[in-house]
Amino acid sequence: MEKPVISIRHLVKKFPAGKGEFTALKGIDLEFNTGEFAGLIGPSGSGKTTLLNIIGSLDAPSTGEALVLGNSIGQLSAKEAARLRKHSLGFIFQSYNLLAVHTVYENVEFPLLLLDYSASERKKMVLEALEWVGLTNKIDSRPPKLSGGECQRVAIARAMVKKPSLVLADEPTANLDADNSHHILKTMETLNRELKTTFLFATHDEKVIGYLRRKIFLKDGRVDKDEWVK
Amino acid sequence: MIRFLLKGLLRDKSRSRLPIIVVAIGVMLTVFMHAYITGFMGDTIEMNANFANGHVKIMTKAYAENMDQMPNDLALMETDQLLEELTSQFGSVDWAPRIRFGGLLDVPDEQGETRSQGPVFGLGLNFLSGDSREAERLNIDHVLVRGQRLTQPGEALISELFSQKMHINPGDTVTLIGSTMNGSMAFYNFTVAGTLSFGSEALDRGALLVDLEDARFALDMQDAAGEIIGFQSEGYYNDATALAMSERFNQKHANADDEFAPVMKSLSQQGSMGLYVSMAKYWSVYISLIFVLTMGLVLWNAGLLGSLRRYGEFGVRLAMGEAKDHVFITLIYEAMAIGMIGTIIGTAFGLLFAWLLQTYGLNISGMMEGASLMMPSTIRARITAESYYLGFIPGLLSTVAGTMLAGIGIYRRQTSQLFKELET
Ligand SMILES: Nc1ncnc2c1ncn2[C@@H]1O[C@H](COP(=O)(O)OP(=O)(O)OP(=O)(O)O)[C@@H](O)[C@H]1O
Ligand SMILES: [Mg+2]
Repeated sequence: MEKPVISIRHLVKKFPAGKGEFTALKGIDLEFNTGEFAGLIGPSGSGKTTLLNIIGSLDAPSTGEALVLGNSIGQLSAKEAARLRKHSLGFIFQSYNLLAVHTVYENVEFPLLLLDYSASERKKMVLEALEWVGLTNKIDSRPPKLSGGECQRVAIARAMVKKPSLVLADEPTANLDADNSHHILKTMETLNRELKTTFLFATHDEKVIGYLRRKIFLKDGRVDKDEWVK
Repeated sequence: MIRFLLKGLLRDKSRSRLPIIVVAIGVMLTVFMHAYITGFMGDTIEMNANFANGHVKIMTKAYAENMDQMPNDLALMETDQLLEELTSQFGSVDWAPRIRFGGLLDVPDEQGETRSQGPVFGLGLNFLSGDSREAERLNIDHVLVRGQRLTQPGEALISELFSQKMHINPGDTVTLIGSTMNGSMAFYNFTVAGTLSFGSEALDRGALLVDLEDARFALDMQDAAGEIIGFQSEGYYNDATALAMSERFNQKHANADDEFAPVMKSLSQQGSMGLYVSMAKYWSVYISLIFVLTMGLVLWNAGLLGSLRRYGEFGVRLAMGEAKDHVFITLIYEAMAIGMIGTIIGTAFGLLFAWLLQTYGLNISGMMEGASLMMPSTIRARITAESYYLGFIPGLLSTVAGTMLAGIGIYRRQTSQLFKELET
């Protein structure tokens, strides 16, 4: 059997709060395999972002273990975590977080600069990624000139351009209307199918939930339900 | 990556414009102030050198001890021989024997009776021998008010103010009443060739300038001189070489018992000039330091604001897998680029303004009236080799230090915290 992409055991995350501490994740056990199109679903404050951040090596568990692509997140040094993100993880944020002074092309190119691809390789990969999201005609535009939907498509291209093993998307449709939401979700679904990239969402948007093949319901820092579609 | 950063710098005006302006202004002021102070203090030093101190001065030991009394009875003897020795030992230096003397100037009427009388401060220097540069040193052509410069023995130049008080005109005959080297009374007639206005009260009150040979005749000082002053060939006072020269000379003439043995003193070893010379030397350091500190503070805060604004960008870059210290280093590179550009712009403007002040000068003779200190009446900047690179010290130091201080915030924050700020 194939090794899971993500393997979480007894994960607890506590935050200091006032004099005591606040437990945001109260013992999570989950596994994800290559090619999943899964989502963490739950009301505000249920711990979706906290869990996604730990999987993304942006934060560390308090106790328990989170193995991502064979790396135990809590044990990684800052440098090792950065290397994991650089090579294997893609992020998509609610607020796009594109670099406003750089063009669409440069935004998508940035992850490749960190990976030391040659100029010609970068060009090929960036154009390919922009083709996936249908933005080859906006190469030289800057984010402030783009619509929200276009911005999120650039963000998807940026997350996908290096063909990472795992893409983490936190509320990717929260700022988008229905048409744009469906458009980017279809794009991600296609990429998931064609590139075998594992997608993990955090969302409470019904439109997103409709596309998920696995729905993990979080409630108050615990897994409430873990459903597979069909 | 570098191109990526440069694009960010060039396109994000708020990232580059304010710091560049701050650096440019600070560097401009540093460069200009340095040239201004070097010019003003340097000119003051040269003026004092030209009129009184020389870059180095040789006197007898005894004369040196009572310098302000102009004790010509303690003057140097056999100066021709001494000059020969000096010329062979310090060939590049221009040596000028001078005699300072006090006395009364008596202005007779047609009958030869005294019409008016007043105290003068006399200076005998080499006007008439062909290769002497003394007239040039005292700027005679520029300060001449009436009449003409000395052209033959027996002539004198007197200060314009004094000439008016005493009702003397060019062409008049005046009599110097003084004392000879041996202490007897001296009388000597001069024809007034012209009048001078130096713009310095000390000189304008009663200066009498005569040829060295006339002074020697008048004061019975054949082959003698109160002092021999030397001027370095660079044209500007160089303290280090002047001190070295004095040491060499004095070692050779160290003769403890002989109070008539010659001693050499650099300009900085004469009275309060030493303080002034060291002030001139350290001022540029102080200025740079002041600008490093103030600009550093401004840029630190600008950097803080800038990186607060850029936490989003840093967060994204960290999420893409850029290491924290790499983000920090790129910030330093950006700061260096900004410091460079700002310094180049600031140095260019600083040099421009300094050049204007060097070329055209600023006449402050109005402000100088009544000042007893000998200072130039025109302020001029002086652009030196330092002017071209001095600005890089505050320019680069302040941007880099400011950014480093501001950038520490990135380290202090948890990566996930940068993200919290991203979400909003
Ligand atoms: N850095 C932190 N310090 C303290 N408490 C935190 C921190 N981050 C999250 N929390 C708390 O942990 C809980 C879970 O937060 P989280 O952001 O994971 O929720 P979420 O499910 O993503 O909610 P939303 O749908 O609003 O994004 C919340 O109660 C939140 O206040
Ligand atoms: Mg959230």
